[in-house]
Amino acid sequence: MNLGIVVVSHVPEVAAGVVTLIKQVAANVPITYAGGTDDQLIGTSMAKISTAFEDNSADELLAFYDLGSAKMNLEMAIEMSDKTVHLYDTALVESAYTAASLLQAGVPLAAVEAQLAPLKIK
Amino acid sequence: MLTTTQTIAWLNNFADKIETNKAYLNDLDTPIGDGDHGSNMVRGLTAVKATLADKSDADLTTVFKAAALALISKVGGAAGPLYGTAFLEMAKASKNGDADLDPLLTAALAGLKKRGGAVAGDKTLIDVWTPVTAAVQADQLTPAVISEAVERTKPMVAKKGRASYLGDRSIGHLDPGAVSSGYLFTALLETVAQS
Ligand SMILES: Nc1ncnc2c1ncn2[C@@H]1O[C@H](COP(=O)(O)OP(=O)(O)OP(=O)(O)O)[C@@H](O)[C@H]1O
Ligand SMILES: [Mg+2]
Repeated sequence: MNLGIVVVSHVPEVAAGVVTLIKQVAANVPITYAGGTDDQLIGTSMAKISTAFEDNSADELLAFYDLGSAKMNLEMAIEMSDKTVHLYDTALVESAYTAASLLQAGVPLAAVEAQLAPLKIK
Repeated sequence: MLTTTQTIAWLNNFADKIETNKAYLNDLDTPIGDGDHGSNMVRGLTAVKATLADKSDADLTTVFKAAALALISKVGGAAGPLYGTAFLEMAKASKNGDADLDPLLTAALAGLKKRGGAVAGDKTLIDVWTPVTAAVQADQLTPAVISEAVERTKPMVAKKGRASYLGDRSIGHLDPGAVSSGYLFTALLETVAQS
């Protein structure tokens, strides 16, 4: 599959937990995540986000995040990545779930984005 | 004209001020944030100090870039991508042979605004960088310009960052990022611009 999902949270368990939730409905969608700082503290790490991009087998990615600095580190990682990454200012759990279930069903990106639009909260 | 020696002295002085005020910065970040701004900045500036230790023969671009990468990889909070972007922009601006403070800070401020999406009045470090950059452009940076800019964040309502989730309850507190930026520019005055 050409489209994948990346989940970014300040807390490793939150990122992993969201992935557990969405994998249940998206067994064939490439999903990776980045949670916490390099020292596993609360925060975000550009290096971890870059690794999540690289480790994802898809070359076009949809990225979802929780709070402010996650977005800044995501944007820095996007500037350095060769992959096309779409970043959404949407409610983390709901939008990652929406994207996962639609991508699993083979729905094209434009239609996925139309479903994500009302979930924008930041 | 900014030299490598001055810049390393400036950043080491900044690191010392951050270390001295770690607990104070954490305290400022507690009522309107997550209480980690001092700890985040100390992690970053310890890495900056370490990477600058062998840069005394490097050019200015290399010095700023090394500082930026240390901050981006070690801070762990919003201050990492923000200060990291500021120094990365200074690295880029100094590549054109521009080692004057004015164009360096102008580039850094533009980068900060783009990275965080904040404007003046949002109760962030932008509220210190904006008047300080203007003062440097006018050759009028003084300790009072810095301290007044920091103080002015107190009555502001936060529009960006963690404090924004508190709405009006963010009023009456200094912004921690504004205070740490105040240390950066106080260190600048002490080590570079005193002439
Ligand atoms: N979008 C932004 N634009 C400009 N400055 C910001 C923005 N968000 C936060 N800041 C600044 O960063 C400071 C907080 O830095 P700190 O290192 O504590 O990050 P944090 O908010 O704890 O990050 P995180 O949300 O990742 O935990 C604030 O006081 C403010 O000056
Ligand atoms: Mg904080």
